[in-house]
Amino acid sequence: MPPKYHIETSQAPNRFQKITRSGIIAWEEGCLKCARCVKKDCVYQVYEKRNLDDRQMLDSLDSVCMDCFRCVQNCPNRLIHKGLNPSYKVLGDHYWTPEIISGLWFQAESGRIPVSGAGYGGPFSGPGFDAMWTDMSEIVRPTRDGIHGREYISTTVDIGRKVMSLEFGPDGEIISPAPPLVEIPLPVIFDILPWSPPGDRIPLSLLYGARALGTFAIIRQSAINNAVREFLPNAIIYVDGNPGGLNTQLLRSARIIEIPDGEGAIALQERLRSMNPDLVVMIRMKLSPKTPEQALTLVAQGAEVLHLVADEYGLEEGKDPLFIKERLKEVHLYLVNKGIRDQITLLGGGGIAMAEHMAKLIICGADAISIDIPLLAAMECRVCRRCKEGISCPVELDDVDPVWGSLRIVNLMAAWHSQLLEILGAMGIREARRLRGEMGRAMFFEDLEREIFATMGKRG
Amino acid sequence: MTGFHFPEIKNAPSRFRNALGKYRITITRACTNCGLCVEICPYGVYQVGSKRPKASCEHLCLGPSCSKNDFYCAERCPEKAIHIRLNPSFEVLGDRRWPAELLAGTWHMAETGAIPHQGLNYKTGDSGGGFDKIRFILPKENGNDKPVTDGDISTAIELNRSGDSRPKVTIPVPLYLGGMSFGSVSIVTMLSRARAAVALGTFCCTGEGGYPEELMDYDDNVITQVATGLFGVREDTIKRVRIVEFKYAQGAKPGLGGHLLGDKVTPRVAQMREAVAGSALFSPFPFHSVYSVEDHKKHVDWIKEINRKALVSVKVSTPTDVDMVAVGSYYAGAHIVQLDGSYGGTGAAPDIAKKNIAMPIEYALPKVHKFLLAEGIRDKITIIASGGIRSAYDMAKIIAMGADGVCLGTADLVALECIRCHHCESGRGCARGIATTDDELTDLMELEWGTQRIINMYSAWRAQLVNILKRLGMRSVAELVGRFDVLAHMDYIRQEEIEGELD
Ligand code: SF4
Ligand code: SF4
Ligand code: SF4
Ligand code: SF4
Repeated sequence: MPPKYHIETSQAPNRFQKITRSGIIAWEEGCLKCARCVKKDCVYQVYEKRNLDDRQMLDSLDSVCMDCFRCVQNCPNRLIHKGLNPSYKVLGDHYWTPEIISGLWFQAESGRIPVSGAGYGGPFSGPGFDAMWTDMSEIVRPTRDGIHGREYISTTVDIGRKVMSLEFGPDGEIISPAPPLVEIPLPVIFDILPWSPPGDRIPLSLLYGARALGTFAIIRQSAINNAVREFLPNAIIYVDGNPGGLNTQLLRSARIIEIPDGEGAIALQERLRSMNPDLVVMIRMKLSPKTPEQALTLVAQGAEVLHLVADEYGLEEGKDPLFIKERLKEVHLYLVNKGIRDQITLLGGGGIAMAEHMAKLIICGADAISIDIPLLAAMECRVCRRCKEGISCPVELDDVDPVWGSLRIVNLMAAWHSQLLEILGAMGIREARRLRGEMGRAMFFEDLEREIFATMGKRG
Repeated sequence: MTGFHFPEIKNAPSRFRNALGKYRITITRACTNCGLCVEICPYGVYQVGSKRPKASCEHLCLGPSCSKNDFYCAERCPEKAIHIRLNPSFEVLGDRRWPAELLAGTWHMAETGAIPHQGLNYKTGDSGGGFDKIRFILPKENGNDKPVTDGDISTAIELNRSGDSRPKVTIPVPLYLGGMSFGSVSIVTMLSRARAAVALGTFCCTGEGGYPEELMDYDDNVITQVATGLFGVREDTIKRVRIVEFKYAQGAKPGLGGHLLGDKVTPRVAQMREAVAGSALFSPFPFHSVYSVEDHKKHVDWIKEINRKALVSVKVSTPTDVDMVAVGSYYAGAHIVQLDGSYGGTGAAPDIAKKNIAMPIEYALPKVHKFLLAEGIRDKITIIASGGIRSAYDMAKIIAMGADGVCLGTADLVALECIRCHHCESGRGCARGIATTDDELTDLMELEWGTQRIINMYSAWRAQLVNILKRLGMRSVAELVGRFDVLAHMDYIRQEEIEGELD
């Protein structure tokens, strides 16, 4: 058994004042100067702890309040109120919601998984990933002990082509060629960011984080320079330019390279492979209704890893786009039907915003996932997309210290790893590899609604 | 059930100086303290003050919708000194499952024992699915030739339907109060619930933290819990009660064991659980001795042997094969199977588990009911629904979807003025003194008050259930079980299919 994968976390405080859901409004006018002001009774000592951030001229009062409402309810002159914070409501957009973004901040700061009391407070279900639930096991199947330490739940997955059968020589030695396979201890790789402020500091943070975690960050061929060279063992170079321009030295030492889908993809894969037989080549494909067919063709031609990418919202290309989880299910099942699913690795990415999305996409057929925006959010990005327009970043990410940035990313991934263990532990599954495609251990909104509710109100 | 007298309702206003209401009333300096508003408001919103009246019960105010009444104070005030508008803090309250109106409506029932008159939605939340999309189809009023009167309607249910030789246990309301351990809630909270259970003729479960001595006066109304951690489980505690509950899993953290943070493990808690103060307590998951229905039966037999009169309840969560789990519980000899849906729960749990693992109760319960019907054993076992039942309407709906009754937790805490801040586990625990073991915070609540608030709320629930049954022309809550035909899901029913009105 390999050593247990453990991610070291450490508190990595925010650089900027957090944007919280609600704030406190306390009027001075009309104050009765009570012998004991309710502000002194705050269990969390919010009023004592408040301070002013001079960089942003913001009062920290709101971000420490825990919403118990006691001061609001006890001030005799009703001078204290709570109000929704308008800057919270406008964080992100319909998909990258304020709840998701602030949840990512919390995990990146602390490395802890979000835990709360008093049940679940969100919507019944929703589109995309919110339209499915995962299974649990009432009795003993390999247990949850893995989470607390006695047993081992592995989150390791492999990237590369798998051999379907072995051939043996006359003396019992294996003679079938073993294609290269790269193991990652967490089923996550870091994708190219859809947008970000300029400079080396952000990619360096990603690469640094990938190295600490033992995974990989995809980086464009055109972005390779001296600053990132040190991290190349944890980089997946994306050949977006002329492959001839790739430095042979670099090619020989690379473990994984990504190439775009298209006409000469397989030929390019073979060419790269001939220069470095240990290289795993990933083909990056935009997810579309044609993906299942294309995937089948590529596998038949010898593709080993397909990286299927949707947009920032998890949507494929084309009119009436399908959500990534839906299309991935279809690709997975199609390849299963054709009997070739196990030969290749499928990576899915685009719209993965929470740890549960990772687990759910794997259940829907991905071997591993790629993430992008959460990496920025780990570093306090507000998903305002001002950088995309060339406007200055409100949290000055172009100036981020890669050491701090990578700590935040490592913290976030540690929290995601723990949450994946929660899901696996509850299901009684001991290996992330075995979670892949386990749709029978999930429950889907459409099926349940049809089964349970559609007959309501009908006689007989 | 004969001879049972429902407890008296007594007013139990907020423990805090200002109850939280939907509207905010301000009286400007123009006020001459004529006292008219104090006199005309039938809801007692105002109190006489020295300089001007005080809107000390503004949470009882009808808000601007009162303008149609001739007692509308803002209109009648000769100086036009009264301003009524939305309370800005109200917007911050609650969440999609328990929106501010449902919280305030529940507080109102706990205070007065009556349904809210302020126009608050106290029936559903805003979660966009499940209960919140389901309505009763009630025949138009007076459609009945044989009107049923309230007194004729029974809300009692029988918990032992097995036909074995153990005692019958009938409760006059189709509900009991679920396990919340000492440690996760304060002793005052725990005792308030137990005493309310006594008054309502029903039960309250200990949760997994042991059996505090203070509960011993209420033995006949206590369900003792045996959970995976076996904290505080003793032969003696199993022998003294009428129902023993096996907790296999719980909805709030399906597939995960209980978890009490070290801060909450005070010397008292530690003593009761036979553990060390200050160190976090994990219950393992699942029962490590149960690999099959046969193993499960051994557990049930063990309890039945120790206490030859007790009924056995099995609490499970809602996995894909929840129907098989329920059948297994029946064959293992359980009298009650409690299905705990994934959206409820009170204790701390990882958000990822609460939201994603296992099914909401609205799916699981009908699945199990229909499966047991098909197996021909539905009338031999009592099905209790829990995990996400927030209101009398949720209770009535889940019964129409196949439950015999419900088990509650969160609603009780809301009656005690839980504000659903979700911070029960931070620092010293609940700042409102409900889910805490901190002495000073525990003192924020009095036992009499807590007991009465819970009694009041469930009395209001019962009245609503009686009203629904009456409008359906039913004489007993047992008639409502599994009546999917009186329900409609707003997304799937067409207007022309509805005969009657939706509620
Ligand atoms: S409780 Fe209210 S009125 Fe009294 S001193 Fe504090 S802010 Fe002023
Ligand atoms: S609402 Fe509660 S936590 Fe917030 S400042 Fe007031 S007393 Fe403190
Ligand atoms: S905070 Fe805004 S500007 Fe800064 S990286 Fe994020 S999206 Fe870009
Ligand atoms: S901490 Fe908040 S959610 Fe928990 S019991 Fe207290 S008021 Fe309710």
